Amino acid sequence: MLKRKDLLGIKELERGEIEEILNTAVEMKKILKQNVKKVPHLQNKSVVILFHENSTRTRMSFELAAKFMSASASNISIATSSVQKGETLIDTGKTLDALMTDIIVIRHSAAGAPHLLARHVRAGVINAGDGMNEHPTQALLDMFTMRERFGQIEGLTVGIYGDILHSRVARSNIYGLNKMGAKVKVFGPETLLPSGLERLGVKKAGSMEELIEGSDVVMGLRIQLERQKKGLFPSIREYARYYGFTPERTRLLKKQALVMHPGPVNRGVEITTPVLELSQSVINEQVTNGVAVRMALLFLLTRGIRP
Amino acid sequence: MNFKAKIFSEDEVKRAIARISHQILEHNKGAEDTVLVGIRTRGVPLAKMIAQNLRRFENLDVPAGILDITLYRDDLSLKSEHPVINGSDIPFNIEGKNVILVDDVLFTGRTVRAAIDAIMDLGRPKTIQLAVLIDRGHRELPIRADYIGKNLPTSRNEIVSVKVAEIDGDTGVDLYTLL
Amino acid sequence: MRIAIKGCKIFDRGDSKFDIIIEEDRIKQILPSVGANYSGFTEIEAGGLVALPGLFDIHCHLREPGYEYKEGIESGTKAAARGGFTSVACMSNTMPPADTASVIRYIIERAGQYGYCKVYPIACITKGQKGEELAEFGDLKEAGAVAFSDDGLPVENPLIMRNALLYAKSHGALIISHCEDKRLSDDGCANEGYNATIAGIKGIPAAAEEVMVARDVILAASLNARLHIAHVSTKGSVEIIRQAKKNGVKVTCETCPHYFAADDSLILDYNANAKVNPPLRGREDVEAVIEGIKDGTIDAIATDHAPHHVDDKNVEFCNAANGISGLETALSLSYTHLVKAGHIALSRLAQLMSAAPARILGLEPRELSDGRRADIALVDFESSFVIDSSQFLSKGKNTPFNGQKVYGAVACTINEGRIVYQDIMCQGR
Repeated sequence: MLKRKDLLGIKELERGEIEEILNTAVEMKKILKQNVKKVPHLQNKSVVILFHENSTRTRMSFELAAKFMSASASNISIATSSVQKGETLIDTGKTLDALMTDIIVIRHSAAGAPHLLARHVRAGVINAGDGMNEHPTQALLDMFTMRERFGQIEGLTVGIYGDILHSRVARSNIYGLNKMGAKVKVFGPETLLPSGLERLGVKKAGSMEELIEGSDVVMGLRIQLERQKKGLFPSIREYARYYGFTPERTRLLKKQALVMHPGPVNRGVEITTPVLELSQSVINEQVTNGVAVRMALLFLLTRGIRP
Repeated sequence: MNFKAKIFSEDEVKRAIARISHQILEHNKGAEDTVLVGIRTRGVPLAKMIAQNLRRFENLDVPAGILDITLYRDDLSLKSEHPVINGSDIPFNIEGKNVILVDDVLFTGRTVRAAIDAIMDLGRPKTIQLAVLIDRGHRELPIRADYIGKNLPTSRNEIVSVKVAEIDGDTGVDLYTLL
Repeated sequence: MRIAIKGCKIFDRGDSKFDIIIEEDRIKQILPSVGANYSGFTEIEAGGLVALPGLFDIHCHLREPGYEYKEGIESGTKAAARGGFTSVACMSNTMPPADTASVIRYIIERAGQYGYCKVYPIACITKGQKGEELAEFGDLKEAGAVAFSDDGLPVENPLIMRNALLYAKSHGALIISHCEDKRLSDDGCANEGYNATIAGIKGIPAAAEEVMVARDVILAASLNARLHIAHVSTKGSVEIIRQAKKNGVKVTCETCPHYFAADDSLILDYNANAKVNPPLRGREDVEAVIEGIKDGTIDAIATDHAPHHVDDKNVEFCNAANGISGLETALSLSYTHLVKAGHIALSRLAQLMSAAPARILGLEPRELSDGRRADIALVDFESSFVIDSSQFLSKGKNTPFNGQKVYGAVACTINEGRIVYQDIMCQGR
């Protein structure tokens, strides 16, 4: 049973905790399909969404999840906040505590920033992405989507391809899927694979073909086009050809397999329009499930809080 | 917690539920457009028992759903440190229906208030009625039951324990005193 | 001042007990202890303590002038004394940097005001540590600079480094190189490897250090110049230096306690006190560093004492300042992880932490013998204690070793015949 105030990463979770989150999210998804998409549970709670990086879907998803639970959801935009005046993260956190915040949802470019915040605030902290470390709610919604389609995660083979090195989504999924008994394979150019990969319990595939063929889930990662300037790959054209899910490669996809992507996608780079249009592509379903998973977390993490 | 009295044996529970079933039929002039919704936890088997009665008595097929009111409670943090959502399961439309809420004990009325809110979020029923096995008094809200197995005047330091075979192994109602 | 240390062991003379008689700033005599009384002397009952030559830190940061909120010459030298050090060489990255004789003279003068330990300033290789124009080696050396280094801002241009090594020969100056190709570290914050990967922290490859070790060794070899390499932390660096020494290159090097007493798993909870440059390395590197210490590839142990204000550390890991406050833990960490762990003898540790640094910098030998300067650390190697940074005399409380159980508490430090530090136990003696 999840008895934490913070969700900092999948790394720290037990399998039973992941299962409880996913089970609770099943019920939350029902609420999303209700006539009135709202429950009064968090009526007296305040959720602050503190994003030090740009985001549309994750921010929106947390905001809606809070609102569907009747919490007050406030956004802090870093561009206009006192962070611009040099306020430290800990001081921002203390300010939010003084403002009676119950949950802080934080996204930050520095790995470990949510951990630092959590050590210094009373409020619960949800990591919405920290540097290259983790994006736990994304992995939870991905696992939710897989479980919904396949009934269970145990025994699945999940192929993750692209920029594994910089991807917090890949890391969180690798930790979560390993804990849930799935196999994970990865593929990407060597410049975009992290050091010590084997010790993470994943297998390296030799090609996109090999990755797609053997996978029940094929998960693409967004490649940041700036990486090209850093010399990590020579051109978009070559990247798309060797490391993209091209239309020709769809014939290798298992019939029952799912195509997933955390979004936003670079069409024609890591994934192509025909692939996005496959019936197996569940990218929009992932977005819906993201709200359900975040509602579940808001419920579970505030359980211990007394009004 | 000290045992004080046996209120209902298994047979008495069955009899009370049978009477409630008859009253539901009588009051709604049959059971067309009627649905049963058991409130977790012990309202669920009780609703099932009513549904079985309705089938036995008049061969009526009345759907019985499950309502989890955890997310609608106003007294959650007083109840348990770590509440769990087991989920609602109402696989039928309640729009324009007579919804019979079923629960084991009617006490402060807060559970029923939460259940009414939850039902209203699912749609707009024609009526919402309430069936309970025991009404022990001490209401904190203006709520009353339409169908009552037994009115049991209690003091606040007493506990009414309803057991249902499906969950507890045996069926019956006992009264205890808090020490 | 006349001091008599009674009944101590001497680090390289086994279990026999000795009395050390100190007059003025010199050791007058060391003689077997027979329980004699020395009237007119300040007596230190040193039963159970071991006398070491006063330690010499070849690489520390005293932060003055410019960063007095992090550390100052007073607090830094006090901390040094508490750590058993009687000599420290302080790095050039002050504000202004130590690229003019006036800064060097200022540091020496300030240190002299307190006298907790001798301070030997290291001057910049290039003006403003910019890696462009050479600093005035002659003038700086005359003012008291014992070596030249741009430390954390290593000379990137190999031609400038070549010129520095050459020009240093003319002035008998020593170049100390912090070996790091910043283009390879590329804003990394931790050792590249499994632990950085699972912490999601951008890694610094070992090669960032090793390519510059190789470059500078090759430059020194080609010029027959002297070179000292700072804080060696990787297996590859140890191997390059080992080979270079075999080939007769005039290279020496140091490592620091945190490169053999800790590894990069300490970053996993984002403890910014474990953030240091070079970064804490993996197990293989730790083992190679210990091997390098054992076989003599590594000449010295420096603290790289890098005190920081809590505000510089209490931020996101990647935004935190690099460095570990090391003066007050270096001896006990080294003793515990090297001597007690069975890798080297105590006499070798004394060499690494006292004799070798003095020899590398060309200063008077540090020895415990009649007539030598009375620089002595009395240390309790028997009982363990727990490192508690709140007790540090340094302003910098930044250590990842807080709470670690170690052996080798300094009981008393004597600098040039003056007691500059005494712990509570020793004060009672």
